[in-house]
Amino acid sequence: MSHLLEVTDLRKEYPLQSGLLSAVMGSRRVVHAVNGVSFVLDEGGSLGLAGESGCGKTTTAKLILRLLHPTAGSIRFAGRDVAALDGSDLLSYRRQVQFIFQNPYEALNPRFTILRSLLEPLIIHEIGQSIAERVERVAGALDRVHLNPPETFFLKYPHQLSGGQLQRVVIARALLVDPVLLVADEPVSMLDVSIRAGVLNLMRELSRERKLTTIYISHDLALIRYMCSVTAVMYLGTICEIGPTEEVIEHPRHPYTQALVSAVPDPDPTRPRRPVEIADTVPTPFQLPAGCPFADRCPQVMEVCRHLRPLLLPVDAGVRVACHLYPDSTPRTAEGYGAKMEPH
Amino acid sequence: MSLLEIDTLAVQYHTLHGAVQAVRGVTLSIERGRAVGLVGESGCGKTTLARALIGVLPRNAAITGGRVRFDGADLLQLSGDALNNYRWRRIAMVPQAAMDSLDPVYRVGDQLVETMRLRGGLTSPQARERAERLFALIGLEPGRLRLYPHELSGGMKQRVVIAMALALDPQLVIADEPVTALDVIVQHQVLRTLRELQETLQLSLLLITHDISVVADLCDDVAVMYAGRIVEAGSVREVFAAPHHPYTMGLRNAFPSLRARSARLVPIEGYPPDLASPPAGCAFAPRCPFAIERCWHDDPALLPTTGGRLAACHRAAEADALRTQAPQAFARLETTGPQSVRPGAPPAGGTL
Amino acid sequence: MSSSERAAALPQWTRATSTWRDALLVTWAVARRDRFALAGLVIYGVLLVVALAAPVVAPYNPQDLNYRPDGEVAANEVPSLPHWLGTTNLGRDIFSQVLFGARAALVVGFVAAFGVVVLGTLVGLFAGYYSGWVDMLLMRLADVAFGIPFLPMAIVLVAFLGPSIWNTVLVMVLLLWRDTGRVIRAQVLSLRTRSYVEAARVLGASHLRTMFVHIAPNVLPLSFLYGSLAVGWAILTEATISFLGFGDPNVISWGFMLQDAYNSQAMARHAFYWFVPPGLCIMLAVMAGFFIGRGYEELLFPRLRRR
Repeated sequence: MSHLLEVTDLRKEYPLQSGLLSAVMGSRRVVHAVNGVSFVLDEGGSLGLAGESGCGKTTTAKLILRLLHPTAGSIRFAGRDVAALDGSDLLSYRRQVQFIFQNPYEALNPRFTILRSLLEPLIIHEIGQSIAERVERVAGALDRVHLNPPETFFLKYPHQLSGGQLQRVVIARALLVDPVLLVADEPVSMLDVSIRAGVLNLMRELSRERKLTTIYISHDLALIRYMCSVTAVMYLGTICEIGPTEEVIEHPRHPYTQALVSAVPDPDPTRPRRPVEIADTVPTPFQLPAGCPFADRCPQVMEVCRHLRPLLLPVDAGVRVACHLYPDSTPRTAEGYGAKMEPH
Repeated sequence: MSLLEIDTLAVQYHTLHGAVQAVRGVTLSIERGRAVGLVGESGCGKTTLARALIGVLPRNAAITGGRVRFDGADLLQLSGDALNNYRWRRIAMVPQAAMDSLDPVYRVGDQLVETMRLRGGLTSPQARERAERLFALIGLEPGRLRLYPHELSGGMKQRVVIAMALALDPQLVIADEPVTALDVIVQHQVLRTLRELQETLQLSLLLITHDISVVADLCDDVAVMYAGRIVEAGSVREVFAAPHHPYTMGLRNAFPSLRARSARLVPIEGYPPDLASPPAGCAFAPRCPFAIERCWHDDPALLPTTGGRLAACHRAAEADALRTQAPQAFARLETTGPQSVRPGAPPAGGTL
Repeated sequence: MSSSERAAALPQWTRATSTWRDALLVTWAVARRDRFALAGLVIYGVLLVVALAAPVVAPYNPQDLNYRPDGEVAANEVPSLPHWLGTTNLGRDIFSQVLFGARAALVVGFVAAFGVVVLGTLVGLFAGYYSGWVDMLLMRLADVAFGIPFLPMAIVLVAFLGPSIWNTVLVMVLLLWRDTGRVIRAQVLSLRTRSYVEAARVLGASHLRTMFVHIAPNVLPLSFLYGSLAVGWAILTEATISFLGFGDPNVISWGFMLQDAYNSQAMARHAFYWFVPPGLCIMLAVMAGFFIGRGYEELLFPRLRRR
């Protein structure tokens, strides 16, 4: 069976702008923003990419959206290599994959009215026969995201709307092209607590109603638990644990996941917590250690962790973990998910 | 007597669009050695309140009423040296995003020493010695005093900023969103340090945040702010276990929890009012599923309810009954939308 | 609102989504909040009216020799009722020349400014949007343009291409686009990372569409700012070139008038009525451009505003 989205050993490196000395010496330092990410996503599935700032989750999203080009690795959508798409194939890909931005205040052109912004996808994809029909579609989309009555929003500019309303407009814009895959990067982190639930519920309804496949990117595990059936936890550009959301959050296996889950504060002050302590160091995505990227901070670090990078391998209950604490029966080869690949 | 007593404090901003009443009569007291969390959404006036306390309001803002008593002295009557004697020395503040305001070209230790010399009049050697003790206190090795800000992680920088606030041994520390920019693991560590400091130094702490979980984690007491007012106050345990104000009730189901598999979340429908023209009645009424006619024209005062708690709600006495209905009631509002028209609008002139 | 009602309201909605309307509104906002900018707009308005009406309003053809009733050439006349500002040493009516000078000033000023804005904005858009080698190439070109001393180069080029008003305009466009180009590029560099530009890409907008539909409207106010400054520069440069004698001899411009006055020793004869009016006009026109530019600047960068 083929998957809707298949990401294989995805890598993205940025050359580091370094000083004159290193330029003369000819040394080339790179930032490994995404360092070998692999996962598959089936139609109708919902994946949560969790992790702290700088773990590469947003870069992964932008690679999938083809806003960035990968350094190595591949992304296949419905069996086709995304990097190789061009012309009408690319346009059709753009129609099938949509993005919800983190900052709704910046996601709409400040000089466009809401109507103008929402007509844009219809113009680009030549949806609708006449301007009247397009306006009808826009009205329908605004209505669907509970912005009522739609006409009252047509001539508003983004700065006249609240964050919650703007995010709904952004969702409406994505819906207008009838996408298959929806990627949302921290869709509510800029919104006030009291209105977050409204936006999240809307997105849940929409994905159920339209059988959307979704990827949610968030630092907030609670949000991912609410929205996603599968969770991948990222650290320094790699996935350290992936599996069914309930499993990953209730029984975290990777020491990093354990620390992350236990550190999340709880709104209920009576519930006891036993946080796992890990060191506060400056994790830098350049000059990665040869071994496990988490080794420096890991409370259960072993000798092997410092020189051998663990592979993302199945443990149990459908969970895959990249950690030497979970020795695996399959023999290690140079192939596979965590294999070190020299950039060409 | 409380260390800090705020009494019906009001602050206005003068903008192009007229006066905005950012803080509309806030009454709040902080006991010695207690950690108080002030929670509210963006624009509710919590940062303005904090800045008013320490006298660093922006130029277009002015205190228009109320009193602030700190250890018996009326802060709003003081000025110049007398005020500076309180500001920074006895009341210190960790401003929002303070860790980004560390100067990148000076060592953090030098910045800390400079703060103590300027604000506290310490000599250089005194300040250096104290800087080392402060670093020990916040859990950083003294060697890190010699580092530049970019050599520290976000958590460490936030610790340095906290150390700066503690430099002159204040009695009250006001921390505005001290962990917002930090990753969750580091966030937890900084919060724990803050808690330990507060306990060992017998500090009073006013923690300002939009994140209820942070308050639950760190504070003894909580004050919930909405549209420039405190709507509910009490001990953290009691307020979170059994809120008396519908806004606090609504917040409980409004965001997902990591520890429990969430049922469907229920948002609080609608948006906070525009404080350039605040409503005549309760500011929360349009979003409140329990609003009665009285709420639309009579703004409730913050009054004691049961168990030493305070709530600003006409129906606070029915709180226990309302709380059980809250999830369904807020969910009903989600489908019907906020109440833009008063249900059963009173005849002109009102009936009460 | 039903769909038929929406169809009826359609023209109103589409009208309100025009970028040009937006630009006009911005200009109006600038004029309303800044008295200097308003003064600048008024000066341009007056100049425009004068330039258009010159053939009708001017009492004489500015190139014609005038004669006294006795048949003598009316040379070097002091201001009088028939010749409000007197006549030149060849008996031409100075007042009529001042009026016609507005045409040259406006044509040079606005055509050159338009060219500067278009070329500079295009260069800035392409350099900023594509970055990489496109940026490299265009910005090195800008460096070259920056390195060329402006006035000598302008004079050499005009001398080489022949003294015509259009060559003057061309030279100014070729040399003045650099400032606009640089600034627009910097702005585009920051805009292209904004979410709404990425959103346009995600929606499938082509590079050109992203550049011209999504980024350009957001840099236009900046282009206008540099355009209004360029108007002043262009008028001043044209005057300088004409004054130095490299101008178009067939076109009456204020710079030409100054040169004419200078060559016939008008200053020695204290013929203020001859050289003061064109000088004043140049000053007003240049000032007007800078006033408007300043108004835009304050709107775009509110921190410059006086407190």
